[in-house]
Amino acid sequence: MNNTLKKITGYRLFLPLVCLALVLLVNVIKTPNFFAISIQNGVFYGYIVDVINRASELVILAVGMTLVVAASGGTDISVGAVSAVAGAVAIFIIGGGEASTDFYHAPYILGFFAALLAGTLCGAWNGFLVAKMKIQPMVATLILFTAGRGIAQLITGGNILYMRVDSFKQLGGFIQGVPLPTPVFVAIFVVLITLFILKKTALGLYIQTVGINAKAARLVGLNSVLIQFLTYTFCGICAGIAGMIITSRVYSIDANNAGLNMELDAILAVALGGNSLGGGKFSLIGSVIGAITIQALTTTLYAMKVSADQLPVYKAIVVIIIVSLQSPELKRMLRNAKLQLQNGQQGKKVA
Amino acid sequence: MRNLKKVAALMLTVAMTVSLVACGGGSTNTAKTTDATTETTETTEEAATTETTDTSSEKIIVGFSQVGAESDWRTANTESMKSTFTEANGYELIFDDAQQKQENQIKAVRNFIQQDVDYIVIAPVTETGWDTVLQEAKEAGIPVIIVDRMIDVSDDSLFECWVGSNFLQEGYDAVAWLAEYLDSKGRADEDINIVTLQGTIGSSAQIGRTDGFEEKMAAYPKWKMLERQTGEFTQSKGQEVMESFLKSYDDIDVVIAENDNMAFGAIDAIEAAGKTCGPDGDITIVSFDAVAAAFDAMIAGKMNVSVECNPLHGPRVAEIIQKLQAGETVDKLQYVDEGVFPAETAKDIKPTRAY
Repeated sequence: MNNTLKKITGYRLFLPLVCLALVLLVNVIKTPNFFAISIQNGVFYGYIVDVINRASELVILAVGMTLVVAASGGTDISVGAVSAVAGAVAIFIIGGGEASTDFYHAPYILGFFAALLAGTLCGAWNGFLVAKMKIQPMVATLILFTAGRGIAQLITGGNILYMRVDSFKQLGGFIQGVPLPTPVFVAIFVVLITLFILKKTALGLYIQTVGINAKAARLVGLNSVLIQFLTYTFCGICAGIAGMIITSRVYSIDANNAGLNMELDAILAVALGGNSLGGGKFSLIGSVIGAITIQALTTTLYAMKVSADQLPVYKAIVVIIIVSLQSPELKRMLRNAKLQLQNGQQGKKVA
Repeated sequence: MRNLKKVAALMLTVAMTVSLVACGGGSTNTAKTTDATTETTETTEEAATTETTDTSSEKIIVGFSQVGAESDWRTANTESMKSTFTEANGYELIFDDAQQKQENQIKAVRNFIQQDVDYIVIAPVTETGWDTVLQEAKEAGIPVIIVDRMIDVSDDSLFECWVGSNFLQEGYDAVAWLAEYLDSKGRADEDINIVTLQGTIGSSAQIGRTDGFEEKMAAYPKWKMLERQTGEFTQSKGQEVMESFLKSYDDIDVVIAENDNMAFGAIDAIEAAGKTCGPDGDITIVSFDAVAAAFDAMIAGKMNVSVECNPLHGPRVAEIIQKLQAGETVDKLQYVDEGVFPAETAKDIKPTRAY
């Protein structure tokens, strides 16, 4: 009995799952209808659907971020800006650069791949700076963090460009006849593909090895520069996909606001997933759970009718609790306290 | 030898990094240099013309430092200034684009002082940090007019007056319109459930519109504000928050969106939930700003009204300058006229709009 409990609590994803459950549990007490799911307009409708729908972009960004963190022990703070660039490129191409248009000026698929290409290029640039030029990840990605929105502004001419075509809204909304929002499927697809690559090839192992000690990895024959470069490029692709979902949701690109502050949420998702931001061993699913936890928290606070000016405080408190729950130092303190308690009891018995 | 190689490699790295960083900021750098060149050419032109104008004609020279080109609203604001202060109207406008940076604005104001312009007009990037440079302008005897955002200075006499939108009045206007609208629909005696999508908390537009609406709606005991939540002035947040509202409350009658973008998001959320909005729908949408896309939404019958946030400051500033020229004193706070545009007028008004 005790052994199985230990096995469960020792399981890597145990704490992230507990945190997610805690956040959701609050709703059972405060807003019982949180878990109600009905069908409206032929699609599923409810808070839970909102959570997994709105978490999709964050899940995708967190997947890319996890690999970057694991391989380089640093974070890519440019993902929010890169997704704005990707969205701007896509809408500029298929919208012909017009402020508002209701037909495709170029095939959708062209815009989609141009957005992915833009994301890839931005990621490759970050990867080049970090892996090849050995610049600190935060400094290297700071370049696109600041310049990225400028580039996106340059593409859009500083205006919000609208793309009012129904089929453009499908990626961020619903496909006719499918009861779940499309972003959910995109997120699942990205996670599955990444897991497949990591498990079926040795890449996952290589990334961990490079993250633990890049020099040692090179000495055993791994091309650590290439591996770090690849993770940043992949992170850029993820940002591109997220950018397409973000722009599709609002069928427009607002270079100032698309993906704003999402890099911070993505990093937080990685941390909440129980991953060390120092690199090395990682759990992709942990980050996915972290991302969903963040969105669940936001939606919960909306459902609990927390007023807008107090919202950040509540968020901060919950994040502090979750992060400290997972800190090894707290675990050690708890263990010590337990030991002392046991010692004390033993002492009593002897007496 | 090996050391030499290392040093060489290091230097190469440094050189490349520097060039990379330069690349990253490249676009703005070039933009700045071109700006600087246009500025200097303007300056020289200016110097030449000032000499001649002093003797021949009575042209008023106005230096205008604009935030930058951040939105349609801002572009319309710049256009209004440029079209008002023309040579034909007896003005000479020196325009400076600060590219969203206060230090550029301070530099521009110092340039204006050096060029000895007659009036300085500033659309400030931020509220604080203006004391020193405005003191310099005051010592040079140049009146300063602030437009759009307010500034926060220790001494009010540092600027002549402020011209901008009265967000509180916009809140009042929204209540007045809603009361009249509900009356015309015969719903004046019904209970009305209202939700508000607030702007970014703490921004002057959010504070003014929220307070203005709250203050005036107290006169209507049948109106009930169910909840307020911030949509941060963006379409995606507006949509997300509206989704949540729709799940919390079954019978929302009115949505107040503190800017048009959030209203667009709210409309999408309402339609996704299988409800309708606009003049013929279940939910009334009241919005602010009245940008071009809002007129499209009203023409499409999805939005009921948008209360204007007028960017056309030029004529009012010109009026103030004329008064100051005549030696009159002007009020410290000057509000621009702002209209209320209901959906039924949208089709006729849209072609006449500048933005």
